[in-house]
Amino acid sequence: MWPPAPPTEPRSRSVAVLIAVLGTIVLLAVGCSSSSEPTAARTDGTSAARGTSATITVAAAASLTGPFTTIGDDFMAAHPGATVIFTFDSSGTLSKQLIDGAPADVFASADPTNMTKLTDLDLIEGEPEVFARNQLAIVVKAGNPTGITSLADLAQGGTIALCGTEVPCGAYAERILARAGVAIAPDRITRGQNVKATLAAVSEGDADAGIVYLTDIAGDAVEAVTIPTADNEIATYPIGILAGTADRATTEAFMAYVLSDAGQAVLGAAGFLPAS
Amino acid sequence: MDRRRRPPILVVGVAAIAVAFFALPLIGLIRRASWSTLAADLTTPDALAALRLSLLCSLGATALSVVLGLPLAWTLARVPFRGKGLVRALVLLPLVLPPVVGGVALLAAFSRRGIVGGPLHEVTADGALLGWLPGGPIQLTFTTAGAMLAETFVALPFFVITVEGALRSMDARYEDVAATLGANRWITFRRVTVPLVAPSLVAGAVLAWARALGEFGATITFAGNISGRTQTLPLAVYLLLDSRPDVAVALSLVLLAVSLLVIVLLRDRWLDRS
Repeated sequence: MWPPAPPTEPRSRSVAVLIAVLGTIVLLAVGCSSSSEPTAARTDGTSAARGTSATITVAAAASLTGPFTTIGDDFMAAHPGATVIFTFDSSGTLSKQLIDGAPADVFASADPTNMTKLTDLDLIEGEPEVFARNQLAIVVKAGNPTGITSLADLAQGGTIALCGTEVPCGAYAERILARAGVAIAPDRITRGQNVKATLAAVSEGDADAGIVYLTDIAGDAVEAVTIPTADNEIATYPIGILAGTADRATTEAFMAYVLSDAGQAVLGAAGFLPAS
Repeated sequence: MDRRRRPPILVVGVAAIAVAFFALPLIGLIRRASWSTLAADLTTPDALAALRLSLLCSLGATALSVVLGLPLAWTLARVPFRGKGLVRALVLLPLVLPPVVGGVALLAAFSRRGIVGGPLHEVTADGALLGWLPGGPIQLTFTTAGAMLAETFVALPFFVITVEGALRSMDARYEDVAATLGANRWITFRRVTVPLVAPSLVAGAVLAWARALGEFGATITFAGNISGRTQTLPLAVYLLLDSRPDVAVALSLVLLAVSLLVIVLLRDRWLDRS
């Protein structure tokens, strides 16, 4: 009768051997196919560029979530048949994922550092272009209940939300605080994995203040305390096309759209500074 | 040979794929580890702080789960009351609820603007009001206690369902006999019930501990990500993946080893049942 199964039976051992053998075959198959996969994707992409439906993936800094979603919609309206898919996270996380082989066609970073990580590995085709700049600001709860008016005020009081040090907004914040000579005790700093998580610690959570991009500070729950220009950092946002993009034509069209007047207008409306 | 006794090749083949599906990520993780620097990676300040904190929080959450969960499991198993199905559904909810949503819900209840956390913070904000309270207003968010609370939220159901199941399947006549011999409820519970369900108490506690140790979403949402205070192992793995991938992988191996240990500890419950 099936199932048989007293474990002493020799047949169950042959089943185990069979599983092991098949497992090995699967392992080998996976190992081989992973190297041939990109070629297959590329072939598909070429036909998609010529054909009617083209889908590109844009990996973009979390701070671009709002304007890039709008730009994506506008682009798709202007290019029927083209589909733009976004993945938004910290530029640090995205650059790591892209280095690990995450499939994407365009990378828009919130700092040059994470773009350089890709260009150093020849993962970007051509030169990245700066498409926007941004400034940082202190975010506090609506009505500023703890009365924070300057960077120095961050040194005392409750929990302060900053981005992780590898996340661009975290790196910018570190430089701003260092330049202003403000030291915040490490046990008062909660680290967001991207700028939206850092913002949420103030807007949804109990953090008293945080340092995020000025463009992120929107909505009823929070308000901005500006950082004097002399102390502030200007974030520059480069955009680049990933080597081996499946659909060159659509990808270039998207990048051109971001740099076009229409794209720049959307970014400007969201509070971004012009590229130059 | 009887054809029916030969295992169907297709089924076994798919089973092998399933085994590979489980095995491949583990092999990948182990291959990625830099074994020569493992000790150094695990003794970096960030890693040590995360290890210490995870141990503290997960054990605290386990203790809380036992203290809160044992009476709850007993009540569910022994006391008939209306709405028991509702209560049980409530207990099971954190098992299926995405932990991040659990964290948002915890914020709604226990943050400074939450339905409990708000009044708690207000009442304790003025030290003179309660006088005896040390150290000013009570705030759970961004504290180690908050991390423990978040871990308890997701770990408690594991303890409750394990122990409740054991209590229900236990032969109630032992308790009846103890009662006829003059033991009061407490003595019956302590001397008869607890020893009989002891293996399940241990299993429930181990499961709750393992779940607490791996908790991520509710913790980072509710308690934040403060090094040495709320940055537990999974949070450290996530944050360090960018800056110190070798340390992140080393910490992942620790969590993997602990998970394997839990399976070995509980093998009598899950393995070799055939």
